[in-house]
Amino acid sequence: MIARVLAALGAVAAVTAPLWVANPYHLHVLIMAGIFTILALSLNLLLGYTGQLSLGHAAFFGIGAYTSALLTMPPLEWSFWVALPAAALAAGLAGWAIGRLALKLRGAYFVLVTISFAGVISLVSVNWMELTNGPLGIPGVPAPSVGPWTLRTKTAYWYLVLAMAVLAYLVCRRLVYSRLGRALVALRENEPLAESVGIDGTHYLVLAAVVSAAMAGVGGSLYAHYTRFVSPEVFLFSYTVTMVIMVIAGGQGTLAGPVVGALLFTALPEALREAMAWQWQLLAYGVVLIVCVFFLPRGIVPTVTGAARPAWTEGGLFKTRRGSGSRE
Amino acid sequence: MLQVSDLRVEFGGVVALAGISFSVQPGTITSVIGPNGAGKTTAFNAITGYLRPSRGRIVWEGESLGGRRPCDIARRGVVRTFQRTSVFPALSVFDNVRTGLHLRGAAGFWPVLARTARVRLEEARLAAAADEVLAFIGLAHRRDARADALPYGEQRLVELAVAIAARPRLLLLDEPAAGMTGGEKDRLVALIRKIRDDDVTVLIVEHDMRLVMGLSETVIVLNHGRVIAEGVPAEIRAHPEVVRAYLGSADAPA
Amino acid sequence: MEQLLQHLVNGLVLGGTYALLGIGLTLIFGLMSVVNFAHGEFYTLGAYAAFAALALAGLPFFLALLAAIAVGALLGALTERALLRPLRGHSIDTIMLVMIGVWIAMQNAELLAWGGVARSIPHPFPTAPFTLGPLNIAPLRLFVVVTAAALIALAWLLIQKTRLGTAMRATFQDRDTAALMGVSIGRIHTITFAFGSALAAAAGALLGPVFLAYPSMGDLASLKAFSVVILGGLGNLAGATLGGLLLGIAEELGAGYVSSGYRDAVGFVAIILVLLFRPAGLFARAERIG
Repeated sequence: MIARVLAALGAVAAVTAPLWVANPYHLHVLIMAGIFTILALSLNLLLGYTGQLSLGHAAFFGIGAYTSALLTMPPLEWSFWVALPAAALAAGLAGWAIGRLALKLRGAYFVLVTISFAGVISLVSVNWMELTNGPLGIPGVPAPSVGPWTLRTKTAYWYLVLAMAVLAYLVCRRLVYSRLGRALVALRENEPLAESVGIDGTHYLVLAAVVSAAMAGVGGSLYAHYTRFVSPEVFLFSYTVTMVIMVIAGGQGTLAGPVVGALLFTALPEALREAMAWQWQLLAYGVVLIVCVFFLPRGIVPTVTGAARPAWTEGGLFKTRRGSGSRE
Repeated sequence: MLQVSDLRVEFGGVVALAGISFSVQPGTITSVIGPNGAGKTTAFNAITGYLRPSRGRIVWEGESLGGRRPCDIARRGVVRTFQRTSVFPALSVFDNVRTGLHLRGAAGFWPVLARTARVRLEEARLAAAADEVLAFIGLAHRRDARADALPYGEQRLVELAVAIAARPRLLLLDEPAAGMTGGEKDRLVALIRKIRDDDVTVLIVEHDMRLVMGLSETVIVLNHGRVIAEGVPAEIRAHPEVVRAYLGSADAPA
Repeated sequence: MEQLLQHLVNGLVLGGTYALLGIGLTLIFGLMSVVNFAHGEFYTLGAYAAFAALALAGLPFFLALLAAIAVGALLGALTERALLRPLRGHSIDTIMLVMIGVWIAMQNAELLAWGGVARSIPHPFPTAPFTLGPLNIAPLRLFVVVTAAALIALAWLLIQKTRLGTAMRATFQDRDTAALMGVSIGRIHTITFAFGSALAAAAGALLGPVFLAYPSMGDLASLKAFSVVILGGLGNLAGATLGGLLLGIAEELGAGYVSSGYRDAVGFVAIILVLLFRPAGLFARAERIG
């Protein structure tokens, strides 16, 4: 009940934000929070519902950003509205590759493959000068336009990001509360049992990876057209770390958790910006992660809402079917 | 009809099944018994795709099951339960069963996202079907309880519910009565008969001889990875080889 | 041909230190099953400790190396006692997350302490290279490879020949029996983690002066360490040693003959390929130690 009231208030606040957020810098923070919400939701789909941690998620974000940027710049100069789904597609393809590659692997080995994949992609973006302009990056990425209007102002972009974030949330929600979502959770809870009733582990893990990656790609595209600049920095591990913290601290395996986590960990650094330098902030992230593991293993949202919903995890933070390692 | 021919399973030099052959007539209840280590669960694992046979053929309803993955075998109507309690622990009993109904749904990715009328209808249908299964098993009063919070005997019933939700035509039960009280076992026997009456072929691995002899139409006896006897309960009880196999091991026919 | 030999020599220098990193991690990941993403941070710690000892305290090089090892061991022991012991028995993924937290915290602590600008670590060796026939090798690099070899030998001796080593091997093979025989399990865990971290710190102190010290140097070190462990098989000392050398040589050859920009990709690609096709490691009758 309270959750609904909060959600309703939040919705009203979000839609009217440009009216009451006086400082344009704060609107910027909200936009970044929106983009990170999409990223956190995407990571949560993989982590919270399949139990597999991907530490290479920034790769999908970056692939989306570069794809969108390159398609909208000369010589192609496609519209943003075509580049956005293309970015999702490109990132989704990478997700498919990871999904298929990592099918046999679980736990720490899956994590290592995702990190390695992200590492390779990052190196490519730095070295393949002809395509990506290397470390210099691609400046002048155009803003999206709707007919004659260009979404250049923060207000306009805020509504775009808000719409996309709501869409991402809806996609996650619909997926999770469906036969497909049940299959994902079943595979995480007890894979042999799930297979015995006809649930195809391969198919669903790949599906989760593709959707998760495509969503992150959308986040990347939005980021590129907002900052109007793409460089290999989008592959920075700190982006992945931030996403992971948002999901773990917010509450994995829930829908509200990543949203809360995204808001918290975009707003918090800004609030603390006066008080401390960004290095302290990242240091704090590390400490927060450790503290969460010890004291808030399920994250904020599940702890706050109590045991009303079944806990998607028990004991440890997430379930692996037989610890780390290759599956025989 | 299930036909197993010369099924051989070995791993790492150990021969778990040394080439067994048997058939199971449709619509019957057949039990597989034998001392510990005889290869009963191994046979189940091989038939349902959890183990790859080294040799031999497994044919169900005219199609070969050999080398297929468990989910594909389930799609062909062959469902098994597990020796150790196997439920979806953190899910409610209702959700456990609804997961078992997976194959009865067909909603694809895009229709799910769009939440078409068809999808919503299917969800309603599945929810109703789940309640039907719960009623059949007798767990309707436990619908919303968390599966791992239930007493042991009821958890095993949840397992059974999940398995029959998948609408098997061949149901393999691996020690379904293990750890149950006398009353629970009677309930189980009644349920298995009801299932058989619904036109399901049932294959059971069990150690409880009284249950086996009272329930089965055919009994197959394994020892050291071989079939040493096959027949109706009366024959098996008196079979010299069977008696010898059990006297040489810890369990004995009751 | 000369170029090839030169690359091989350089590869051995790198490889020796990768082997140190790998041996440390194979003990921690392979034996203790701790997915230690902070391993590279101990490498960084070693480099900065050496820097502090050399540039700030003006200690002789060898003492600086010892100081780095000591710091690594100490912080390793502390980490194990404070964070890992309470979590023993928890799922491997929980522990992985904690180590990720330690990774982030340590790296940014280094950043705060030393700033983001790369530091050059002073060393007492002359810069003019030794010439051995067609090969050139800088005295510093020669020192690095010799010291690495010595440390690797010491590690082997410790594990295989001492009572402590036997206790370690026993603990990780069969904890209950080891406990019954009077081995203090807690102490062994702490010592193993401290030892592994000390080896990483040593690697950092050795390679730091060759390249530069900067706060994020540990990221690649961690991944390369995992690469070595995966190549060699978990818990396999010999595998880690060979794997480290292999990685070092492969990187040098790749950088020399293919492209220097992609040199770090060798480790990444190794991880992906080995996990996909030979998950037990290249030297795959992967026996655990002992």
